[in-house]
Amino acid sequence: MREGELPWSQLEQIGSAEWRLPPTGPMRVPGVIFGNRKIVEALDEKVFEQVANVAALPGIVKASYAMPDAHWGYGFPIGGVAAFDPDSDGVVSAGGVGFDISCGVRTLLTGLDVAAIEAVKRPLADALFARIPAGVGSTGEVTLSSAEMDAMLVGGGVWAVAQGFGDAADLERVEEHGCMPGASPECVSERAKTRQRKETGTLGSGNHYLEVQAIGEIFDPAAAAAFGLVRGQVVVTIHCGSRGLGHQVGTEFLRDMAAAAATYGIDLPDRELACAPIRSALGDRYLKAMRAAINCALANRQVLTHLTREVFSALLPAAHLPLLFDVSHNTCKVETHEIDGGTRQLYVHRKGATRAFGPGHPDLPAALRDTGQPVLIGGSMGTASYVLAGTIESAGLAFSSACHGAGRQMSRHQARKHWRGRAVVDELADRGVIICSPSARGVAEEAPGAYKDVTAVVDATARAGLARKVARLRPLICIKG
Amino acid sequence: MSDALSHRKGHNRWEHFPHGADAGLRGFGATREAAFAQIACALIAAITDPPEVSPIERVTVTCSAPDDETLLVEWLNAIVFEMAVRGMLFSRFAVQISGTELQGEAWGEPIDVEKHQPAAEVKGVTYTALKVQQRSDGTWFCQCVADV
Repeated sequence: MREGELPWSQLEQIGSAEWRLPPTGPMRVPGVIFGNRKIVEALDEKVFEQVANVAALPGIVKASYAMPDAHWGYGFPIGGVAAFDPDSDGVVSAGGVGFDISCGVRTLLTGLDVAAIEAVKRPLADALFARIPAGVGSTGEVTLSSAEMDAMLVGGGVWAVAQGFGDAADLERVEEHGCMPGASPECVSERAKTRQRKETGTLGSGNHYLEVQAIGEIFDPAAAAAFGLVRGQVVVTIHCGSRGLGHQVGTEFLRDMAAAAATYGIDLPDRELACAPIRSALGDRYLKAMRAAINCALANRQVLTHLTREVFSALLPAAHLPLLFDVSHNTCKVETHEIDGGTRQLYVHRKGATRAFGPGHPDLPAALRDTGQPVLIGGSMGTASYVLAGTIESAGLAFSSACHGAGRQMSRHQARKHWRGRAVVDELADRGVIICSPSARGVAEEAPGAYKDVTAVVDATARAGLARKVARLRPLICIKG
Repeated sequence: MSDALSHRKGHNRWEHFPHGADAGLRGFGATREAAFAQIACALIAAITDPPEVSPIERVTVTCSAPDDETLLVEWLNAIVFEMAVRGMLFSRFAVQISGTELQGEAWGEPIDVEKHQPAAEVKGVTYTALKVQQRSDGTWFCQCVADV
């Protein structure tokens, strides 16, 4: 589909929250968009165009998917999922992963009641804000030498735990058990490593945050019990990614793949779809660099976890803060999926989409295997966040994928015109949410009203069967980058 | 664009255009070089208010690319890299292009959070909506989208 074509008349509703965009022109497979009518009607036309463009890439399997929080991205839509088969000339795409490789969310349980937090809320907010490096230009206290950098890029969360950041018990609660195999620091440029040198253990900026959250409504008591979620207790959620290293890896491979696509005979309808065959030297180099960036993100969230625990242990010594789970929502991973009655190894791209393995999946830790993978959905300061669980049927719907957040409904500069940072902070304070941020302008750009209704996105995700609702979380404190 | 933010000085100006979660950047100039310098201001304006950044330190960058559009992305990504590694923001730019080579200068200062209130770092500049064009009146226009 090229610019200017309106897709609505072509869409076929195939489920209560599932729509099919039949293949036309160069599309090799259909597009599938998840969401109720209201969500799909409100989607930017560019999302359909991008879904159709992804469907035209070589080796794509089954369909090009958009989650209910999809919005106009670059190349792939944000909220896009696509799997490629190396045996059918399938590709790997730097644009299909994005700049913030392995950006993700982790949630720590505290076992504390809301009342315990309320008693120390302001000092806790201040201590977290002082301890967690947040915002543009902030640096972490871990400065890595060249050898340490390479060890971090190979070891990820396992490296971080070995350095004293967090507990070994955390690792089984992280995708890939905290360490993405197949990473090669040699495939990561010196520029990318230079950009990361002082950024390990930093939150970043924009929509990244650390939130202290109250567990509100429980939708699935059995799953909530398995996850350790108790109504009225408090959790801590961290949203951030692979920092400068991931951004630089994304930047460089986008450039290299865009330049090389023609040599591989790939016709890119949009340069941002930059990709290379999985079985090519460039594709292989990207995968190894991207996996190193995944480890960078896992190490980063592990360091931030350690800092968070230090703050809690100083103010609330009884709290332990075990990890519920850590999800990454900008990745390409090799996974085994059932296709046409057989199993195939596919390269599943999720760009602003969360992996959501259902009950019984062998990659889940034993304690979660009967329930399914925790799927952590970020909120937007003032609104709710959600914990969902993977479903068995999600494997057949969209390669076990679900949404990742609310998704923006307003651009940053539109938000800046609507809100003042100070006013947003005051309004949220009236609602019992403490916001700490180095930038008033950043708070205005991230005002809750700039985002779509996360509840509608989560309800559509559940209705479509991509994941099931377990619990809703409401913010108490937000450290905003 | 009705809701574009912009800054004008003769033919040379920049503006933002809305793009989902990211920042659409445009630069206009009497020359291609001037348009490239202007869009760099738009890049900074996605982070902070450029007049708040004092142009007291000079950083030079060089890059090359086979075509104007790729060269634009390379130029802006070089600025993103310098900002990240040096912990600086910039507010004044000069560009010279010779064939496929670009030599750029950026003047700025170290990030001062209180003073600059930086809202969001730019992760990288994309190939989305990428254009470099000479217009019928001889002036130049360029645009792209930055991931923030």
